[in-house]
Amino acid sequence: MASLNLDGVSRRFGNVTALSDVSLHVDDGEFCVLLGPSGCGKSTLLQIVAGLDRQDKGSVLLDGKVVDELAPRERDVAMVFQSYALYPHMTVSQNLGFGLRMRGIAEQKIQHKVQETARLLGIEHLLARKPRQLSGGQRQRVAMGRALVRRPRLFLLDEPLSNLDAQLRINVRLELKRLHRQINTTTIYVTHDQVEAMTLGDKVVVMRQGRVHQIGTPAMIYDQPADTFVASFVGSPMMNLFEGEVIREGKYLRFRCDDFSVDVRKLPKDLMGKTVEIGVRPEDIEFRTNQEANLSARVEMLSNAGAEKYVHARLGRKPITVRASKDATYSAGQVISLFIHPDKLHVFHEGQRI
Amino acid sequence: MKKGWLKKGALVVGVLMAIFFSLVPFLLFVSSAFKTQTQVTAIPPQLWPSFDIDFFRSAIVRYDILGYLVNSIVVAGSTTLVTILLGTLAGYALARLPRPWAHFSLMLILACAMFPQIAIVGPVWQLLRWLGWLNTYQGLVLPYVALTLPLTVWILALFFREMPEELEAAALVDGCSRIEALVKVIVPLSAPGLFTAAILTFIYAWNEFFLALLIVTDPARQTMPVGIALFQGEHTVPWGEIAAASLITTAPLVVLVLLFQQRIVTGLSAGAIKG
Repeated sequence: MASLNLDGVSRRFGNVTALSDVSLHVDDGEFCVLLGPSGCGKSTLLQIVAGLDRQDKGSVLLDGKVVDELAPRERDVAMVFQSYALYPHMTVSQNLGFGLRMRGIAEQKIQHKVQETARLLGIEHLLARKPRQLSGGQRQRVAMGRALVRRPRLFLLDEPLSNLDAQLRINVRLELKRLHRQINTTTIYVTHDQVEAMTLGDKVVVMRQGRVHQIGTPAMIYDQPADTFVASFVGSPMMNLFEGEVIREGKYLRFRCDDFSVDVRKLPKDLMGKTVEIGVRPEDIEFRTNQEANLSARVEMLSNAGAEKYVHARLGRKPITVRASKDATYSAGQVISLFIHPDKLHVFHEGQRI
Repeated sequence: MKKGWLKKGALVVGVLMAIFFSLVPFLLFVSSAFKTQTQVTAIPPQLWPSFDIDFFRSAIVRYDILGYLVNSIVVAGSTTLVTILLGTLAGYALARLPRPWAHFSLMLILACAMFPQIAIVGPVWQLLRWLGWLNTYQGLVLPYVALTLPLTVWILALFFREMPEELEAAALVDGCSRIEALVKVIVPLSAPGLFTAAILTFIYAWNEFFLALLIVTDPARQTMPVGIALFQGEHTVPWGEIAAASLITTAPLVVLVLLFQQRIVTGLSAGAIKG
């Protein structure tokens, strides 16, 4: 086990900047998720940590020691690939034992460890099979096992669940979490799926176009997004965002755009007259009676998510999504009265959270 | 329905004719090899032989065909081994090099394979004389390797390129060096490509006549094609012995191809990635 530090890591491929000055600290035993849309550089970052790719600038440190010059095999990290990359010509047992064998561990000890890992993952009955005789879920387990069996210092996972079907993905996700509790190896997990990031991560790193936008616990990422990208990328349905300006009205500051205005209270005075964006999550908007409401919107349609419904409506011309209870009934064209508490508003100026 | 039948029938007839035309000369030789001396020269010619093995005996005893066979096995075998070894390393490097560089190198290699033999035979002969390798096995193996490498590198580079890079990455993380990843993971999975390249190389070296004739003049080092060609004396053409020797030359190739056919066809890499 080990702690990981990235110190100003940059990587370019020709004209494309894959990573730009990425710094990050991951504690010993921590589960860190790199979250971002495809092409944001998260996989490149993982390759650099593994030693499969080399950064142009910056350093990678394991347990405080620079490992830039070390080959992958000298770093003692293990990796689970998106495609699983099982060795097709070897049995499951040989696949699991390959890394140990390459390190010259005694055959008896290898067998013991392979058995132990297979038991942990419930794949003992598959040990004699070849990868092509396994289902997708079983292959995924073998890939996990191949990484686990070595008890590496660092566990790297590159979108390990993206090739599984939805039901299986949820099960394996839970299992991963349980597994991590059990073995407690420092883990870097790459995904574009925010649900995976939120449920698995102790720490979430949100990235886009090679830049780190925010590092924090899942709660911090969700409740206090650092900028408009994080605000819109995390959360489903996504946060409602509106652009407008800050004006003074009596004692209070208000946000005003062409279609509506709301109270914003706690804002630095120097934002007066500036253009800002405000955001509010669908679940933070309340349905109220006419008198208490501060907004009214016209319903366009309803989408049913099972446990709840989402009302898609228009505030003037601007679209807004509001969460409603599962038995809500609204019809298109109906006018609804909404209330947004000023404390629930996220305010961004020039993209950054205020 | 009727049209479908017609089409199928035409196809079958076409294939059978192609097989017939390519096999006729060979079958005539098979027939001659198993005849007796009187049958070979009989007029009108007899098609069905008497299955006599006199010609085989005489090819082996009088013309020492087995000596030539050993030479051929040594030369073709060594050529194949060296070519596959070098071709694997070069092919792998070219498969993983950035595209423009790899493309340029492959084109250059292809260009080298384009020289007509007659254009290089003089310099090759002089080089070998300078090395003192005329009338030696290595004197044949060296030019054969040079001539078969381009195609081998092409075949293997294209084959390795199809191998998912994540497999190598997995091997590297699992503790392999580059070479170990190549040997332990990529090569076993490339068996079909390797066998294809190996067989083509072997066939080339086995059948090559022109260079072998010029480089090796000592009968003790001559290969089968040269040996058989030199069967004919000043006044005689021993058709029967030539036919028998040709059969002995062909048999190992046929056996090789049949043996490895399975391996060439088997898609070993199935199941490497998600299925």
